[in-house]
Amino acid sequence: MNVWMSLIVSLIAIGAVVVVGAIGGLVPALHPVFGVVIPYAALAVFILGFIWRVLRWAKSPVPFPIATTAGQQKSLPWIKQDKLENPSTRWQVVDRMILEIVLFRSLFRNTRMELYKENGKLTYGWQLWLWAFALAFHYSFLVVVLRHLRFFLDPIPLPVTLLESVDGFLQVGLPSVMISGFVLLGAVGYLLVRRLYVPFMRYISLPSDYFPLFLIASIAATGILMRYVVRVDVVGVRELTLGIATLNPVVPDGINFLFYIHLFLVCVLLAYFPFSKLMHLGGIFMSPTRNLRGNSREFRHVNPWNYPVKTHTYDEYEEEFRDRMIEAGLPVEKQPAESGSATDTESAEDSAE
Amino acid sequence: MKIYDAGKVIAGLIIFFVVFTFPVYYNHGKVEPAPKPSLETEKIQSLYEKNCVEDKATMRSGHMLLLDKWRDTVVRDRLRSYAGFKGTRFEMSLSNTCMDCHSNKEQFCDACHNYAGVTPYCWECHLTPKEMK
Repeated sequence: MNVWMSLIVSLIAIGAVVVVGAIGGLVPALHPVFGVVIPYAALAVFILGFIWRVLRWAKSPVPFPIATTAGQQKSLPWIKQDKLENPSTRWQVVDRMILEIVLFRSLFRNTRMELYKENGKLTYGWQLWLWAFALAFHYSFLVVVLRHLRFFLDPIPLPVTLLESVDGFLQVGLPSVMISGFVLLGAVGYLLVRRLYVPFMRYISLPSDYFPLFLIASIAATGILMRYVVRVDVVGVRELTLGIATLNPVVPDGINFLFYIHLFLVCVLLAYFPFSKLMHLGGIFMSPTRNLRGNSREFRHVNPWNYPVKTHTYDEYEEEFRDRMIEAGLPVEKQPAESGSATDTESAEDSAE
Repeated sequence: MKIYDAGKVIAGLIIFFVVFTFPVYYNHGKVEPAPKPSLETEKIQSLYEKNCVEDKATMRSGHMLLLDKWRDTVVRDRLRSYAGFKGTRFEMSLSNTCMDCHSNKEQFCDACHNYAGVTPYCWECHLTPKEMK
């Protein structure tokens, strides 16, 4: 699929989601469906799909130690091991995993081969932007999700309130601007522009790459609209979301249809999650290149499903062809003078078997 | 088919499930009913026409914007009079105008703000009605 097809397909998909959500919001009779039934269905698909996907991964055997070895492996005692880049114990693996998940260290090392116009040399350059924006994207998304806990928890825990006051510490405008929402939208925008602007990124991008970006961008945009422009009835919204969280669903009147678009987009995100690239949330824990120990020198790893291979060693070969080899003047290991006794011992071995 | 590292995978999935269903058991299935801001104050009861500065819908969703505008107008332009939606003039003052009618901060302001987890910074400078007495 070329870039236009991919963009058109994903934009039509996201447009359809927004329209369906808007219909759900504008027709009061559909509020129980869009406010209760679909969110529960989406949550069920998310949780069950997530478990199914992880179990499916867990069914794939990982017979070989394929940990990426980005540093000195554990070797002789006087050679310093790079414990973080080439972990040899479980705890070192845990350290590496935590830093990978929290700081995206492997993305930090992102390099790109480029032809420098100034000197005409082909050089590997360090590409930091993707790492920086990926970090901004994931952390702002996390903060946004955690802030939303005020809609789902009662009483609202102190950490959520504190996070909100830190997020809004600029105290700009009323309701005060939450930094994370705008950082999220900006970072999604960067990831989208990067896909469209860099030629080889554009070439490898598919609707399954654009759709999640559009989806998350629409969620952020509707959220920002609801907070700063339309200002939906927060009390009503919390009544509905608390109802979902406590399994006592209620559908209050008078919530703006924009909320239903937002909610439906989130439901689509949840239901789409286990079947998409977004599943790297679970996949990062299942990456054999990260979660295995680099101990290929310490232990001999044998492929567990090796079948007994039929071998024909040189000794056996010479035994079979010795006479003809001597005839052809080829050197042999054992001379035929000894072969008489050798044959005797061999037949003795044969009978012993 | 065999699940490799079943112990670790299932432990991870249990953690996933516990984290993502946190709201369900945190709330114990109990819901605090949605608040109804109380208008039961002497001043409001004595009013012939029970009107706020703007109409109810505007006040409900936009009272913070009105207060923000009032603050800026008073502090920056020294203007204190504001024409309400019925043409009535109001003094732009949180303590003297808003809190005069809505003197029941706990049942009025706080009812929704606490429910929605909003902490307005009005009271970092302004005295609450109780403190004024």
